[in-house]
Amino acid sequence: MSIVVEQLARRFTQGGSPAVSRVSFQAPEGAITSLLGPSGAGKSTLLRLIAGLEIPDEGRVLIDGVDCTRMPVQQRGVGVVFQSYALFKHLTVRQNVAFGLEVRRVPKAERDARVEEMLRMVQLEHLGGRYPGQLSGGQRQRVAFARALAIRPRVLLLDEPFGALDTRVREELREWLHALHERTRLTTLLVTHDQQEALEISQHVVVLSEGRVAQAGSPADIYDRPASPFVASFIGGASVLHGHVQAGRAAMGALSVAAPAAAREGEAVQAFVRPHDIKLAKALAGAASASTATGRVERLKPVGGYVKVFLRLPSGDEVTVEVPRSEFDALGVVEGDSVRADVRSATVFVGDYSI
Amino acid sequence: MPPSTLVLRRNARSLSGPAFVRWGLIGAAVLLLGVFLIVPLVAVFTFAFQKGWEAYVSALTHPTALAAMRLTLLSAAIAVPFNLAFGLAASWLIARFQFRGRSLLMTLIDLPFSVSPVIAGLIFVLLFGRQGWLGPWLLDHDVRVIFAVPGIVLATVFVTFPYVARELLPVMEAQGSDEEEAALTLGASGWRTFLCVTLPKVKWGVLYGVILCNARAMGEFGAVSVVSGHVRGVTTTLPLHAEILYNEYDLAGAFAVASLLTLLAIVTLVVKKFVEWRSHPS
Repeated sequence: MSIVVEQLARRFTQGGSPAVSRVSFQAPEGAITSLLGPSGAGKSTLLRLIAGLEIPDEGRVLIDGVDCTRMPVQQRGVGVVFQSYALFKHLTVRQNVAFGLEVRRVPKAERDARVEEMLRMVQLEHLGGRYPGQLSGGQRQRVAFARALAIRPRVLLLDEPFGALDTRVREELREWLHALHERTRLTTLLVTHDQQEALEISQHVVVLSEGRVAQAGSPADIYDRPASPFVASFIGGASVLHGHVQAGRAAMGALSVAAPAAAREGEAVQAFVRPHDIKLAKALAGAASASTATGRVERLKPVGGYVKVFLRLPSGDEVTVEVPRSEFDALGVVEGDSVRADVRSATVFVGDYSI
Repeated sequence: MPPSTLVLRRNARSLSGPAFVRWGLIGAAVLLLGVFLIVPLVAVFTFAFQKGWEAYVSALTHPTALAAMRLTLLSAAIAVPFNLAFGLAASWLIARFQFRGRSLLMTLIDLPFSVSPVIAGLIFVLLFGRQGWLGPWLLDHDVRVIFAVPGIVLATVFVTFPYVARELLPVMEAQGSDEEEAALTLGASGWRTFLCVTLPKVKWGVLYGVILCNARAMGEFGAVSVVSGHVRGVTTTLPLHAEILYNEYDLAGAFAVASLLTLLAIVTLVVKKFVEWRSHPS
């Protein structure tokens, strides 16, 4: 049951900028596909268009090869989980899960059996008689999953399902969702602004920016081969170095890395460097190479197991480097020191973009 | 004592002002409450019973009094369900959808609040009266609206128009539509979603609106007075009946009828309090 979206567009205010503009992508059958992007990128609107809660101005939505652009929500057979849980507060957990089955006139015996099966699946069989108000956030979201899955949907649509939960519960539920998907193999579309979440549990990622698809591919593709400066800076918290093409290499002051083959001599370039792709060493230790530069430590910020080092390079660009705690202790630098930065890998784009 | 309690106490004192201000304000409030609410309440029942229990009962069981009760109940029985249906539909429409004429609709709902009830009554006289726009046509077809029961019902419906809608609108707006959308994705029809999801969410607001609407429908005087014509036992509601008796210097009778309306007010307040308590359990 794949989901195919073709040239989908939706504009909320006349003359305003579109929330979704001519978006096309595919969510492969049996996989978790993430719609990843900053807030305002149109992710939720896209999900609502696929669910049938919004009507597109243009374009088509196909579920399992069937055009359901004009099909009412009720007939699409989609299971939707909202960030706000959207549980029926006046109904018990069991009644919430049974709601979709009652609507479909599933016979009582079958309905009861299915509800119990769903509650077991989300490990809430002992809380069936409680009301949503008596549950924790994580439990409520599991009820919402059980309710959505009880109707045996063709596809599962998740709108920031873990967005309202604290970090620990979010990570637990992420693991749980991964295990659930391993078992059900239900085609799933996950809207998230959390790149960690997208990279961790999905097999396919669609990066959105300002209502358009910025890049679509496997998590490894997105992470290792960003297609645009936007994706490069959005994923992985990369720093930007500005420079020019010199002798076939992207040169940022004394530092240079390999330039794209198509780059012409003298053209402006931007190099995106991830925080853990820079190795720090004591200044003047060892031989300097083309990919090293000497920078000044502006600020140090210990973050649990690693230390964030903010470096100012001679070219004026600031880069953020993440150094594991033990490595940092061995390095022994303080703010104001000069260190040597060895750029192990960078993604270079030609042109001078501003993001 | 934990330090946080100390801080709270100190803040409470710094916020409350000197004793004479506190007692002065409390005294003023009690005096006002006494003069405007307690004394009249006591007066109503004192006057009602001044000629004894039998006079009280006979004033209330007089045929014209019974007819007035029936008419009051009838107009409330029509006005309340009508305005309940309208209020639910209008508040749902306004809270959930953006459309052309939305603010005009909101203004129209508020109109009966801003128009004097006497003017409201006059509007109906101008429309349906003998000299009115539709008067000759109605006369030809032998339909009486003004100085008859239909006019009283119409006037009651008009003045109680905003109560349910106004009460429900903020409730509907505050709750959003996530649960309704969830119900739709689960396969529920629009009607089913309304009955099983929207209505349970707003039920206390509905009840609250109905109570207020009913109290106003039964107590309405101005608009009803204009269209009634005061035909005793035919077009008099309880408030009009009380006025007629009062004008005839039958004080005991007038206050007996008034005591009935006062009881209605007290019951309304008690039920209203109960609904408030149920809808916001703290």
